[in-house]
Amino acid sequence: MTPPQRRRRFAKEQPRLTPLATEGSGGTEGKDGKEGDTKAPERLYVVAGPDGQRADLDLVTLVVAGADPPPSATPEQSAILRLCTAPLSVAELSAYLNLPFSVVTVLLTEMLTAELVQARAPIVRQATLPDRSLLEAVMHGLQRL
Amino acid sequence: MDFKGSDTIPGPRTEDHLPQTAQAAVKIVIVGGFGVGKTTMVGSVSEIRPLTTEETMTQAGIGVDDNYGSETKTATTVAMDFGRISITDQLVLYLFGTPGQERFWFLWNGLFEGALGAVVLIDTRRLEVSFDVIGRLEERGVPFVVAVNSFPDAPRYPIDDLRTALDLPKEIPIIECDARRRASSRDVLMTLMHFLHSLATAKANA
Repeated sequence: MTPPQRRRRFAKEQPRLTPLATEGSGGTEGKDGKEGDTKAPERLYVVAGPDGQRADLDLVTLVVAGADPPPSATPEQSAILRLCTAPLSVAELSAYLNLPFSVVTVLLTEMLTAELVQARAPIVRQATLPDRSLLEAVMHGLQRL
Repeated sequence: MDFKGSDTIPGPRTEDHLPQTAQAAVKIVIVGGFGVGKTTMVGSVSEIRPLTTEETMTQAGIGVDDNYGSETKTATTVAMDFGRISITDQLVLYLFGTPGQERFWFLWNGLFEGALGAVVLIDTRRLEVSFDVIGRLEERGVPFVVAVNSFPDAPRYPIDDLRTALDLPKEIPIIECDARRRASSRDVLMTLMHFLHSLATAKANA
């Protein structure tokens, strides 16, 4: 019995992920990763609607409360401030609040502007590969699991 | 907006709080078809009970011009399960399990942006559901490894046969695993990290 065979979408496409082809793959990644890529699906905040500017929040951006809820805080803002007295990712906030990710980013954008919360930037994979020391730190952490 | 029960929103348990020193987080994405074991894998290594984040997509129906109303729109909710592993007091790793079906790909931009890499989880009984996922990752330049979740009644193929079937270059690791077991799932993540490290080393030496 033989397994089904995958057919590449583009015949004879150059392998992009081989370590030997790093020059080519690096360049391709850089191009594909940009927002301007016409083939790429719309980003979430584009899908969600043409409202105001939003902070550049990732699913794993850590958010931490910067203040007690002011009297003017909405129930959602109070809930977020209660949740992130310790650092918490946007994904976790979305899960605990039972609100879609895009809605949470809208709420957080307002709160960042009002300096009610602070965001700790995620480490993102740049156009190229992540830093080796970062990878080694993760490996070390996994080993202790 | 009615925000019923905001006082009773369950938050993280006290033991699930990250330390105040947590500065940054990284993410790894686990992709695969329904029932392939993504959530099982996330759950087996996560230090927190896996959580679910949702996104709602409103899709305009076909032929909206002649039927201009709300009934022409359908809302699709896509759920992603995720878990967390504290790496150090400063660094946190998040694992996201996402469906591989094409209609969910709109979510992928935000998800794969900045991800360290991906694990493609496959079930040899339904190998073909992973084909599009693999093609998609290749197009987006996301480094990935392939993990074969060994279901007891699934056909077993030699790794070389799977490599040929998936049309993967020899550099990309393919490993067998049991997603229910923490050690096995951790080994999959370690394989991905070693692979990423070798890519980074090759790039540095280029």
